[in-house]
Amino acid sequence: MKIGVVTFPGSLDDADARRAAAVAGAEAVALWHGDEDLHGVDAVVLPGGFSYGDYLRAGAISRFAPVMETIIKRAGEGMPVLGICNGFQVLCESHLLPGALIKNHHRKFVCKDQTLRIENNTTAWTSDYDANHEITIVLKNQDGSFVADEATLDRLEGEGRVVARYLGNPNGSYRDIAGITNERGNVVGLMPHPEHAVETLTGPTTDGLGFFTSVLKAVVAS
Amino acid sequence: MARVVVDVMLKPEILDPQGKAVHGAFGRLGFDGVADVRQGKRFEITLDGEATEERVAEIRKAADTLLANPVIEDYTLHVENQ
Repeated sequence: MKIGVVTFPGSLDDADARRAAAVAGAEAVALWHGDEDLHGVDAVVLPGGFSYGDYLRAGAISRFAPVMETIIKRAGEGMPVLGICNGFQVLCESHLLPGALIKNHHRKFVCKDQTLRIENNTTAWTSDYDANHEITIVLKNQDGSFVADEATLDRLEGEGRVVARYLGNPNGSYRDIAGITNERGNVVGLMPHPEHAVETLTGPTTDGLGFFTSVLKAVVAS
Repeated sequence: MARVVVDVMLKPEILDPQGKAVHGAFGRLGFDGVADVRQGKRFEITLDGEATEERVAEIRKAADTLLANPVIEDYTLHVENQ
């Protein structure tokens, strides 16, 4: 079982994401933004950071990287893809997920331990959590405010596609949304960082590990 | 040479924290009577040669796919002949 983690110019959390994959028991594979080959991975993580310096819009230029052409195609075929923070922004810019992420409403960078409620535990990345499981993981972002029009928000909620919600809204995200999924449940975008909460030595909890153990089961099952 | 200008603005219903910060600075500097400030982006695209209908259509496509995100932004496009 191989989990690929893409490195874009300006990615920050690619090494932590690879480590989290390894802690969960997967083989972590480093993928390069300029290489369209996914090197046989079974799932992909788009990590946090400031790819291309967040120029134009966060994720807007990364979305057209050669590796993304392959990831968009494979995601359409059902391959699990998790976008964390900047990766979530890339998924929205790629139209793999609806909505967009704009600057935090309070205009400050936020870095804190954040509690979330997992509201959909049927996706490829959340099956190891109980329904309405509350987890505390790291939140650190500048453009973390999830926005979409009312019809899209209603559709996401109606179809159970809100994966995680903030308990105490830290950034102005509409309807406290911290993470969403696509119709099929294989693509998940999440603003907080599960990869920073997989070991007690370096994280507030090990609550983030479930994202990585969930996808192992999803791949084995398929 | 012709120049195509694309102005991108956040949609009115989307909160603009940067514009709000600028608005706050207006007040601190004593520029009164300002109801609101919204910040956008301006792209000046210089073409090789004339801005034919086809070329402008191409730039419009670039605006749709790259320069603006239609989920949160609107844009206007006009040609400046030099």
